[in-house]
Amino acid sequence: MSRVVEVVRIVLATLREIFDEAAYERFLRRSQMMSSTEAYAAFRQEFEAAKARRPKCC
Amino acid sequence: MNKTLSILSWIAVGLLGAAAVGVIAVRRGEPINALWLVVAATCCYALGYRFYSKFIATKILALDALRATPAERLENGRDFVVTNRWVVFGHHFAAIAGPGPLVGPVLAAQFGYLPGMLWVLAGAVFAGCVQDFVILLFSVRRDGKSLTEMAKEEIGRVGGFVAYTAVIAILVILLGVAALIVVNALKDSPWGTFTIAMTIPIALLMGLYLRRIRPGKVLEVSALGFVLVLLAIWGGQWASQNSTMASVFTLRAPTLAILIIVYGFAASALPVWLLLAPRDYLSTFVKLGTIALLGIGIVALHPTLHMPALTRFIDGTGPVFAGKVFPFAFITIACGAISGFHALISSGTTPKLIARETETRIVGYGAMMAESAVAVMAIIAACVLQPGIYFAINSPAGVVGQTAVTATATISSWGFPVTAGDMQALAHAVGEQTLFNRTGGAPAFAVGMAHIFSQSLGGATVMALWYHFAVMFEALFILTILDAGTRVARFMIQDALGHIYKPLGRTSWYPSILATSALVVGAWGFFLWQGVKDPLGGINSLWPLFGIANQLLATVALCVATTIIIKMHRTRYAAVTLAPLAWLVAVTFTASWHKILDPNPRVGFLAQARVLEAGPATSATARLIFNNRLDAALTAVLVVMVALVLIESVRQWIAVLSGREEARVKESPFVMTRLAEERG
Repeated sequence: MSRVVEVVRIVLATLREIFDEAAYERFLRRSQMMSSTEAYAAFRQEFEAAKARRPKCC
Repeated sequence: MNKTLSILSWIAVGLLGAAAVGVIAVRRGEPINALWLVVAATCCYALGYRFYSKFIATKILALDALRATPAERLENGRDFVVTNRWVVFGHHFAAIAGPGPLVGPVLAAQFGYLPGMLWVLAGAVFAGCVQDFVILLFSVRRDGKSLTEMAKEEIGRVGGFVAYTAVIAILVILLGVAALIVVNALKDSPWGTFTIAMTIPIALLMGLYLRRIRPGKVLEVSALGFVLVLLAIWGGQWASQNSTMASVFTLRAPTLAILIIVYGFAASALPVWLLLAPRDYLSTFVKLGTIALLGIGIVALHPTLHMPALTRFIDGTGPVFAGKVFPFAFITIACGAISGFHALISSGTTPKLIARETETRIVGYGAMMAESAVAVMAIIAACVLQPGIYFAINSPAGVVGQTAVTATATISSWGFPVTAGDMQALAHAVGEQTLFNRTGGAPAFAVGMAHIFSQSLGGATVMALWYHFAVMFEALFILTILDAGTRVARFMIQDALGHIYKPLGRTSWYPSILATSALVVGAWGFFLWQGVKDPLGGINSLWPLFGIANQLLATVALCVATTIIIKMHRTRYAAVTLAPLAWLVAVTFTASWHKILDPNPRVGFLAQARVLEAGPATSATARLIFNNRLDAALTAVLVVMVALVLIESVRQWIAVLSGREEARVKESPFVMTRLAEERG
């Protein structure tokens, strides 16, 4: 049972990393902000510059 | 006891794999089950990972779990973050898996399933996975440096320059080809066009939800978007049957091309507004879900492959694209076996997330195996179709004829019987007016996928829904690559121009944004327009050009890897990267030679230009002649660049091996990890 929970936890963590939710959480921790419309806008502003330079493969 | 059991298990895996590859390679004249391909792939990947990647990890790279990685040393909570290896694996796979491993194998299926399947397996295990793995590790040991920087430091300035130029060339050609695939999939298809158009308001809604209602809950909103997309697919059926809506959404190829060019420019020049990011998330969600579904569908249904192992078209007379099995099968498969583009990702975000050196094996080698498995699924999806249907969908009208009767007669005369009635029934079943001349690979893949899905879930009645789901899936994430790729190329050009005139390098200065966006979109828009107007189907000549450019970048990556291995005093193992390098050089040079100088006008650009010159002049003739000559010149430039990098690399190897130059690798100094203590 614990093995299944571990697998589910990793799958969720992977999806959260792919979908930038983990990056948003790190941003909130780093900037000591609570999640809000303003915080998310600030995160996107900081994040987009780096993300736009990230290549994606064919 | 355990060791004996392990040895016996691996012997069994080896024997099973050998038997499956044997069946695939030897069986002739009767259809085989797709499960043989699945078993062969699973066994080859298992053996390759267990033994070959371990050999590379221990004998050549000497992975050191005690050496701190840049994610640990330079952790900043932004780019450098220590991350769980499976999470990095998922992240890396999501970045490397694009439409290439789906489209390339579908096009190469014209040679039969055997050449593509063998190259996907051997190419991945011995070349693609190795390249991704070693480049990832070398980048980890250099603070996450990019391939371009490593090429400059280890080979010289020429290597760096060529890597940079190759990246731009690949991006431009890739974007043109990708846009062409979308145009071919959506032209005269009101259902598909409606569904894709609906993703725009869905993305806007997702953007608003993310910003205003549940900030940052991307996973949640992507799931919601996914459900809405399914509704849009269902709604597309209504749109295609409603005469007013159908006339609005039935668009010709040139109109679609113009719309996509405008979209690309807007996506690059405008600030990242609500639409782009949500579309990206939506496409990732759809991509991961569909790949997983397809894998389950193939294993559950294990369909029969109707395509023969080898077709008569290995002689180079194929209708999908011209050229012999060697080198064009290896050029066409592209990302399913080896992709230079992966080296950019292996030296981009991924090395900045790796917690321990030992994890580069599962992430670098393992994720490429997963990508190769996607290519195997694409081969299966193409080969479950009756060959006559496959060729009717994928052959351009310029090759098989303009009407249904002439096309089916031509294809049947090749030994692949198909009737106009069969095609009409299939088109009706998938909700299209026609499936003839739907070149580019995407529609054929969609039909194959719908065939597999509908037999697993829902039966023939839902085939149209699955087909349009597949078309939407391909178009959606190709469009995402279009906007992301255009922006990446724009930033690269701005970085370079910034060295000439500083304001041009500023990514917030609008004159520069508009000029560089126009430059990038104009470049790929040219290839798109060329493909739309090419009477031989466009993809015919453009896809090999993309393949050559992509393999060129892989050549640069393998040159960098071999140079570092030699400098690490592991020369006796250099064959691990030298052998795939030699193979790629042979493939790239031969393909380039054919594309430029082959006397067959369907293969050689210059021969085609000569035929056009000699033939009757139409309004398009002058432009087509120019296009062919430009393609020939571009191919020549690419191949000269390969030669330059090779010469530079060989000079380095000789200098190091002869003792004229000190073998000094440019690694970051060793720092002991603290994670080892924390983890015990």
